[in-house]
Amino acid sequence: MKILVCISHVPDTTSKINFINGDSEFDTNGVQFVINPNDEFGLTRAVWFQEQQGANVTVVNVGGPDTEPTLRKALAIGANEAIRVNANPMDGFFVAKQLAEVIKQGQYDLVICGKESLDYNGGMVPGMIAGLLGYNFVNSCIDVKVDGNSATAVREIDGGKETTSTSLPLVIGGQKGLVEEKDLRIPNMRGIMTARTKALTVLESVGANNNTKAVKFEKPAPKSAVKLVSADNLDELVNLLHNEAKVI
Amino acid sequence: MSLLLYAESAEGKFKKVAFELASYAKKVAESLGTTVTAVTINAGDVSELSKYGVDKVLKVTNDKLSSFNAKAYADVIKQAAQKENAKVIVLSSTTDSIYLAPLVAVGLEAGYASNVVGLPLSTSPFQVKRNAFSNKAFNITEISTDVKVVGLAKNSYGLVESNSSLSTEDFSPSLNDADFSVKVENVEKVTGKVTIADAEVVVSGGRGLKGPENWGLVEELATVLGAATACSKPVSDLGWRPHSEHVGQTGKPVATNLYIAIGISGAIQHIAGINSSKVKVVINSDPEAPFFKVADYGVVGDAFEIVPKLTQKLKEFKAQNS
Repeated sequence: MKILVCISHVPDTTSKINFINGDSEFDTNGVQFVINPNDEFGLTRAVWFQEQQGANVTVVNVGGPDTEPTLRKALAIGANEAIRVNANPMDGFFVAKQLAEVIKQGQYDLVICGKESLDYNGGMVPGMIAGLLGYNFVNSCIDVKVDGNSATAVREIDGGKETTSTSLPLVIGGQKGLVEEKDLRIPNMRGIMTARTKALTVLESVGANNNTKAVKFEKPAPKSAVKLVSADNLDELVNLLHNEAKVI
Repeated sequence: MSLLLYAESAEGKFKKVAFELASYAKKVAESLGTTVTAVTINAGDVSELSKYGVDKVLKVTNDKLSSFNAKAYADVIKQAAQKENAKVIVLSSTTDSIYLAPLVAVGLEAGYASNVVGLPLSTSPFQVKRNAFSNKAFNITEISTDVKVVGLAKNSYGLVESNSSLSTEDFSPSLNDADFSVKVENVEKVTGKVTIADAEVVVSGGRGLKGPENWGLVEELATVLGAATACSKPVSDLGWRPHSEHVGQTGKPVATNLYIAIGISGAIQHIAGINSSKVKVVINSDPEAPFFKVADYGVVGDAFEIVPKLTQKLKEFKAQNS
């Protein structure tokens, strides 16, 4: 089984979000970048398939040379090889097009993406890949098993979960649940050393439209100060929620 | 030309988001000088859509679509859009709609903007404001394709009534076997409990509650408010509460009318996940807890004393006001 794990290179969840150039660009100054958390759950699941079922795991990212440390980290966690599509990811459709091309060339059986990235929160790349290639697709995926050409995938639904059966090739939009938080792997020294010698192939991008364009960014308006209510005067809280906030 | 929306239903009845989406669609259609068509799948009575400005319903009734199937549903929406020559398709942000939206976009060669939080800032060029960076910023996105798909963020527009005279047409899109290549085998759903996705109020507990045995406090308060219960990440990591209750950046997003946080300090990742909620109340013994900086109302003190008292007060309030 050939698995492709699509990795987004995103600001660490604790990063301060600021913009530069007239609020048109994210300010990367002083920002630590990480593997997108939803993708990291998927990567760990892929490494599990490698260890248990002999799968070959490739990780891929669409981005500039500055994203390579993130791919090296994925290699240190256990992926066999890495691909970087050398392009500035401007729009979800553009990224999906690049990834669909990589998948076509590499004939992957299982494509694991995170259900969304924590920077642009588009949530569209896995679905678009599936749509472009006509592959089966399960989103908000919290478990996936593969037996020969058949797959079972569980997705989270409002108030529960749904088990589906399908076949390869399959694209999933994964999230926490694919593996548990405690099972996420931190690269060890041996992983880091071997990652240095694993192949990282750089591919040029294929032509694709930018269907959408991020024109500008805005930060939320500063919040007015909290109204503190004394613990001895909870009637006041009920009153505020009813008459002022009008939520009860 | 018209504007198309997909009005979601469950067991034949429209979900509340369908009406929010119709309200939004009506306003967008007005600015484009066009009419609103809704496509429905196995919905029963569709007349209620006329209260929110829908002009026409394409009513699909098909047993093969009795359980949700992203590919097949996306195919239905795509064919409805083509039939109506719709240039703008609006979808909600339920788990199902965000699943099918990218498939619709690819099928129609449309640009897609998700998490949109308001009416278009302009229609030519077509620009919308959307949540990004996990609610830490907004992003103005321009969709440049002829056909556009807009995903409206949950609870971001509200209901606006606007009466219309509704015409209904039965619609039978052609579906093929490939549409059903992902088959639902089993659904496990909690019944009789308000889910985080549907709730108007969410009551959430953190490590400050000291242990799973104390969750009765959270549950009683939630019961009085008809609220869903939730928890912070450490609480789910410790196994005090199931993962399905974990809200925050890597858990479930919450965009509710009222969010009550008990014993949650307010880590940046937690705030990111719940910040779309309209009103936030914090109960915490530490006056320096970062949550107070983003909350609307706060009570500093011992949750074990405050929460039962608040539950009692709210019970009295509900008794008087119902």
